[in-house]
Amino acid sequence: MAARAAALPSPRARRSPAPGLAIGLTTLYLSVIVLLPLAALSWRAHGWDAITSAQAVSSLKLTLGVSVVVALVNAVAGTMIAWTLVRDRFVGQGFVNALVDLPFALPTIVAGLTLLALYGPKSPAGINVAFTRWGILVALLFVTLPFVVRTVQPVLLELDTEMEDAAASLGAGRLATFRRVILPNILPAILSGVALAFARAVGEFGSVVLISGNLPFKTEVVSVYVFGRIESGDAGGAAAASVVILAISFAVLLAIGGFRRWVTRHDR
Amino acid sequence: MRRISLALFIALLLPALAAGASKDTKLTLVAYSTPKDAYGQLISSFQNTGAGNGVSFSQSYGASGEQSRAVAAGLDADIVAFSLEPDITSLVQKKLVAKSWNKDKFHGMVTRSVVVFIVRDGNPKKIKTWNDLLKPGVQVITPNPFTSGGARWNVMAAYGGALRSGKTPKQAVDYLGKMWKHVVSQPTSAREGLVQFLAGRGDVFLAYENEAIFAQKKGQPVQFVIPKATILIENPIAVTSTSKHKAEANAFVKFLRTAPAQRIFAQNGYRPVVASAAKGFNFPTRPQLFTIKYVGGWAKVEKKFFDPNTGVMAKIQESGGG
Amino acid sequence: MIGKYVVRFAALGYLTALLAAPLGYVFWRTFRHGLGPAWAAVTTPDAVHALKVTLILTAIAVPANTIFGILAALAIVRHRFPGAGIFNAVVDLPLALSPVVVGLALLILYGRGGWLGGHGVVFALPGMVLATIFVSLPFVVREVVPVLREIGTEQEQAAATLGASTVQTFTRVTWPAIRWATAYGVVLTTARALGEFGAVSVVSGRLAGKTESLTLYVQDRYQSFDEVGAYASAVVLALIAVTTLLLMTMLKPKEETR
Repeated sequence: MAARAAALPSPRARRSPAPGLAIGLTTLYLSVIVLLPLAALSWRAHGWDAITSAQAVSSLKLTLGVSVVVALVNAVAGTMIAWTLVRDRFVGQGFVNALVDLPFALPTIVAGLTLLALYGPKSPAGINVAFTRWGILVALLFVTLPFVVRTVQPVLLELDTEMEDAAASLGAGRLATFRRVILPNILPAILSGVALAFARAVGEFGSVVLISGNLPFKTEVVSVYVFGRIESGDAGGAAAASVVILAISFAVLLAIGGFRRWVTRHDR
Repeated sequence: MRRISLALFIALLLPALAAGASKDTKLTLVAYSTPKDAYGQLISSFQNTGAGNGVSFSQSYGASGEQSRAVAAGLDADIVAFSLEPDITSLVQKKLVAKSWNKDKFHGMVTRSVVVFIVRDGNPKKIKTWNDLLKPGVQVITPNPFTSGGARWNVMAAYGGALRSGKTPKQAVDYLGKMWKHVVSQPTSAREGLVQFLAGRGDVFLAYENEAIFAQKKGQPVQFVIPKATILIENPIAVTSTSKHKAEANAFVKFLRTAPAQRIFAQNGYRPVVASAAKGFNFPTRPQLFTIKYVGGWAKVEKKFFDPNTGVMAKIQESGGG
Repeated sequence: MIGKYVVRFAALGYLTALLAAPLGYVFWRTFRHGLGPAWAAVTTPDAVHALKVTLILTAIAVPANTIFGILAALAIVRHRFPGAGIFNAVVDLPLALSPVVVGLALLILYGRGGWLGGHGVVFALPGMVLATIFVSLPFVVREVVPVLREIGTEQEQAAATLGASTVQTFTRVTWPAIRWATAYGVVLTTARALGEFGAVSVVSGRLAGKTESLTLYVQDRYQSFDEVGAYASAVVLALIAVTTLLLMTMLKPKEETR
């Protein structure tokens, strides 16, 4: 259903208890699983030194910056990969499709070891990005690979080709068809995957540590800095820093949601 | 009818009583990760002795600081064995380990080691002393002392080494700052550091002798040099005050300090705390060896060097000198 | 027509660098001494127990998050309640927390002296389940929400006016449309649950033979310089993830050609 109709009043649907039940149950689940631990964390948060030191601010800037780049690269690459897996036909397509989630299932240590071996000082391909910010980018791209791919794929699968055929028959080029017809429909899905990729990139630890070298002000991501606070006995400071990171991530996620609403404003 | 049921009752009760009477004790050992192989052998050895007969073990191995925090958060443990004393001190503060834990002739320690330089094959840059780390172009790897408690041994070894070479405390702190500029990677743990070094990064990796020896035994191409001035690493062990089997736990700790047990530690790369057990092993004495007391003791050192806001190392990290 | 090949080439190139090469490397490290050592490494008692623990964690976390995911997606998209936007953003937050902090939060809450402390949650399976659910929470929601928005409410409203009950509308109209999205969501959730290390490590207490999951076992092997053991266990996790995907694919009805 590529086109969206105006919402019709649906008194029948309103009368059923399902909406209230769904909202209630899911809010309860979310509260117990997510909000309660976050509340405990915030309650323990103590001391702003942890997040206002120059080292902390630098690591936060680095992390947020790299995460934005990761999100954007994934938006483009993920969409292209999803397109290739859905609309294209080539030998081994099913095989490739089966592998896409694997970066995610591998323990982060193995991911780190692998990337250090392949793209570090002893790289068989001669590509050495270890101990630089590029290394952090590569590690994060690896662990966020499936996100945009997997959110766009189901939407592409559901997408009716009617409108694309209509556009083509009216003389629109492939690029214009993509921009005007397909993109608006998959953009919410792309944004969904982008949100996941951004969030994961901000919180990633295990796969980044080996390849980055954790040098303060250069290659130290904020999760390593926070870990350092915990290990030095400053759990309160670590909690405070985490609350700040969460607040910033929350703001970004809300912004992505807002962007989506703005992009789809004509469809409502 | 009643006589039969009474007999049945007693028949069922006896095995239960017998089981309670036999020593079916389960001890939980919470330790840091490096001595896992050693403890595996030691536990089997202990179970063959009279004191260890019928004692089974539940074992947990992980990063020393993480394990200490787990016990503080409620992980039931009978025996705790960590890589440095502060990880036990924090449990003493939480009343999980008695204050008297180190009031024995071993001061609570069970194994020793020293800080060493792991170098490239043939030591091409001829790194032998702490001053050599300042040679132009020398790249150093050392774990981040804030993410790895064990890495604090490295920092104190460097600081003490500078003191031993005649520097004043202020000059020694300057040395730390200068040396830190040569650090090209600060992995979050020693194990990570070894991986990075073997993957081709850096000229020297500051490590602990027991881990270097262990890596060699496992076939890793590790070569190391022990500087003349280095710190004596001492690893503590204690029985918790919450243990429900203090007698058996103490028996195990006592066993660990017997010569046969210490020899097992030595086979795994540790320097024994019992002198006789070191015979036949290659643990060279270092002329300028010093202990943590020489540089002020852990309590002072933790505050002066490793306070996350005001410590010397915190300031060095903050200045971008890392 | 060149466009198609450019996209394919770029996509496959990206995948080669970031997917095929790393996976190939993992397989090589696992099997370079032959099949025997790899098999022996994953059939030790500790490895088998660790696998069981991981499977238990996954078997609880995935269905829980799937049901939550579908209900939450329906709530967010269809039942526009006040705060839906915030709810939507909160769902993603678990990912932004680094795993060590997740563990810390759970220890603060359920550990000794915590608000809900002392009930055998942490350092036992329940704590590990909570950690696994926490880190794998958003995926089904994120998958289903865009599809629900995409398909619009037309058909559901039509079904309602024709007299279909809520359940009937869901099973006949909504579910077929979100089936693929849910499947991919389940695969992502499973993969995440399988591969989780940091948070589970902190809350598990790492008791060998009891609270050691397969990812913790991987780290244990890596610490002991048992390269084959570490990589082979990672391959086991990868195989489970692939199997999950294949199962989901097989549930696809025959009439869909895509």
